[in-house]
Amino acid sequence: MSEHSKSSPLPTYFVVFLALLVGTALTVYASGLDLARFNAAVALTIASIKATLVALFFMHIKGASEKLTKLVVIGALFFLLLLLGLTMTDYATRLWS
Amino acid sequence: MPTPMPQPDGRENYLNKHYGVWSWLLTTDHKRIALLYLISITFFFFIGGFFALLIRLELLTPAGDLVQADTYNKLFSMHGIVMIFFFLVPSIPAVLGNFLVPLMIGAKDLAFPRINLLSWYLYIIGGALMVHCMLTGGVDTGWTFYAPFSTNFSNTKVVEAGIAVFIAGFSSILTGLNFVVTIHRMRAPGMTWSRLPLFIWAHYATSIIQLLGTPVLAITLTLVAAERALHLGIFDPKLGGDPILFQHLFWFYSHPAVYIMILPAMGVVTEIIACFSRKRIFGYSFVAFSSIAIAVFGFLVWAHHMFVAGTSVYAALVFSLLSYAVAVPSAIKVFNWTATLYKGSIHYDAPMLYAFGFLGLFTIGGLTGLFLAALGIDVHVTDTYFVVAHFHYIMVGGAVMGYLGGMHFWWPKISGKLYPEGWARLAALIVFIGFNLTFFPQFLLGYLGMPRRYYDYSHMPEFQVLNVLSTAGATVLGVGYLLPMIYFLWSMRYGKPASDNPWNAAGLEWQTASPPTTFNFEQEPVVTWEAYNYDELDAPHNDAPHSEEVPVAR
Amino acid sequence: MPDSSATGLHAEAHDPALLHHFAEPQQQRDAASLGMWVFLATEVMFFGGLFLAYLVYRLKYFGDFGAASKTLDVRLGATNTAVLICSSLTVVLAVWAAQTARRTLLIGSLGLTMILGLVFLGIKGVEYNDKFVEHHVPGASFSFEKVPIPGHPRQYSDPRHAQLFFSLYFVMTGLHALHMIIGLGIFLWLLTMAWKGRFTPEWHTPVEIGGLYWHFVDIIWIYLFPLLYLIDRHP
Repeated sequence: MSEHSKSSPLPTYFVVFLALLVGTALTVYASGLDLARFNAAVALTIASIKATLVALFFMHIKGASEKLTKLVVIGALFFLLLLLGLTMTDYATRLWS
Repeated sequence: MPTPMPQPDGRENYLNKHYGVWSWLLTTDHKRIALLYLISITFFFFIGGFFALLIRLELLTPAGDLVQADTYNKLFSMHGIVMIFFFLVPSIPAVLGNFLVPLMIGAKDLAFPRINLLSWYLYIIGGALMVHCMLTGGVDTGWTFYAPFSTNFSNTKVVEAGIAVFIAGFSSILTGLNFVVTIHRMRAPGMTWSRLPLFIWAHYATSIIQLLGTPVLAITLTLVAAERALHLGIFDPKLGGDPILFQHLFWFYSHPAVYIMILPAMGVVTEIIACFSRKRIFGYSFVAFSSIAIAVFGFLVWAHHMFVAGTSVYAALVFSLLSYAVAVPSAIKVFNWTATLYKGSIHYDAPMLYAFGFLGLFTIGGLTGLFLAALGIDVHVTDTYFVVAHFHYIMVGGAVMGYLGGMHFWWPKISGKLYPEGWARLAALIVFIGFNLTFFPQFLLGYLGMPRRYYDYSHMPEFQVLNVLSTAGATVLGVGYLLPMIYFLWSMRYGKPASDNPWNAAGLEWQTASPPTTFNFEQEPVVTWEAYNYDELDAPHNDAPHSEEVPVAR
Repeated sequence: MPDSSATGLHAEAHDPALLHHFAEPQQQRDAASLGMWVFLATEVMFFGGLFLAYLVYRLKYFGDFGAASKTLDVRLGATNTAVLICSSLTVVLAVWAAQTARRTLLIGSLGLTMILGLVFLGIKGVEYNDKFVEHHVPGASFSFEKVPIPGHPRQYSDPRHAQLFFSLYFVMTGLHALHMIIGLGIFLWLLTMAWKGRFTPEWHTPVEIGGLYWHFVDIIWIYLFPLLYLIDRHP
């Protein structure tokens, strides 16, 4: 983790930082629009993009040669989605019968 | 290869390198920490066993005449909590895993030795809190802590028990973390993934479950405590909350937890069967990947504990189907063990007796699990003694037998002494007989309709005979468990010294001294051979004695 | 995996930071990094249970959750989001400073991170106090006035379900705040070590893995903010 490209990573950090702030402003703005059921999707999409930016650039996944780190992250997200998704097979179908 | 009989204890090893209580309580040596765990979990096994004894005594007669109903609720609750969280979950990983994982991969210690010690202290703190809870009123919610009883109505020390389990769970998470990082990063040169002992694969899979499942239990217990103590009602029906949500969250951990308890035992059994058949395990890749498959699939089936709870019937269908799927990797293992035995050169030493016991009893337990996965049958037998028998066949007939088999197999390595083989075989037989006498009648009781968690069955007095058989079996089983404790202790003082490899077994742990030095190996091993190279070990050009004459105490 | 040519017990030039059970510093660094990532995976599942509860109840009681969410102050929530984003920047600056032996920048960045963390907690405290004053803290003194649900005439929000929202709000943000406090403790320790000059370009692993933890706590808030504050904000 101590090896980096010769050029400074600082410009990347500042660009990502600004993107995160813009994303936050965008989230707040979008919540004021009436998008019906898509409000949630938009908010979560923007949040996920922000989270990905933090993970890739601030947490140094991008550029890390470690496939294992990516596997750990994807694995955790997979099991989280499993928890949410499989439980929803119950709640989403309660009213079917 | 077996080494010549050693001189009596003069060499420096991890046991005699430092003396004094603090050298043990502040150790970072994974082998010493394993022994610290051994003593602690044995202590909790006695406590859990004591509660079991009281339960079985109460059930000798149909009337509820030994204890009151509320007390009985506490008995089965604390039996479950102690046996699951403070005995079974740590048992093999924290004792045998801690001791053997670095040795088997050729490392000097785990990746994070201080976190390993922290794990033990967290276990002790959680355990002490649990003992305090038991002594000051106990908990009566069942080990399952179901809401809204646990959150709104129980008058017992639910929060304290929850915190105790939470802390012990954190210990479990850190152990899993240590194993995963160790197995990835600390393997000796040449120790590729496909040369790893299957014990390591099993513990890797177990660690994945510990890491991903236990945090969900932690947050669930936190929510119960928050609801009880701070009235933050997440599960409260009066507020529109759903108690079934508690069950989803609880079982999301607690089902994979049973795989935490059985996978390590499967790893042990694999090592034992290979050694005492003198054969490479049949289908190494299948066994390795089936461990990972069990870990992953185990997370897909939790709601089969909730078929009659009030979930949607469509969800029940999904989970029933998935529960059939999860049996497949376990079955693959049973087939591979059986194929390993076929045309093997079988030796009936005590570890192998336990492995045979495991094969039969785990199979019965697993198959009865499939009965329960069928919705129609489950409606009939859920919350009866059928379920109790099912999980005790796996947890006791499977996991505990695996633990005992492993303790016998590796005892020479751990202690440098041989246990008395005759007594060990007798004890294995007593355990097997006692176990079946205790739990087989419970299948019948459950099928005939006796509910679980009942202290009084006087409306069904015809169940008494089977209950008496079960209690008698429990007594026999207790004797069977006491014997190894006695002769293991005896062997530490009076046992014959063990050579480095008394079983002529494959594996790096047998290439170093018994007991090992603190840093495990004189020189870092470089692995150039495949796992389970029994054909090389038993090759006749060795001038070492043939495997039949391996020196073991008789 | 250690270099296969290393068969001795110790690395040639014995780095004082090298722990005895590792063959070489890179192995130790990789182990620490993997350890922290695996720990963060467990934290994902820890918070995950709360996200499940939130998902189930939000879908079931959307209108009530919307009404309850509207009583949270978006400006404070958005400010806190910005505060944490700034703190993530100061964290990566600290790591870069450690990598490039810039001691003053390192100490300054670590300190600034802590100050931003304290600002976050301060704003959170203000918000909690607001909720306390408005009787939105679940329990015996909870009270929530029925408001009409937009788009559904003659339907009013159910205070019982609003109490569910606030239970989740307090547990989720409370747990997050607890992680922030632990993070502050970790960074205080890092700051002390940095002040003593213990970090070098060759060894600054605690800064890196402490940073990973802090970014994770930031990511959790990145999700908490829209989920809790922005459910139903359109007129």
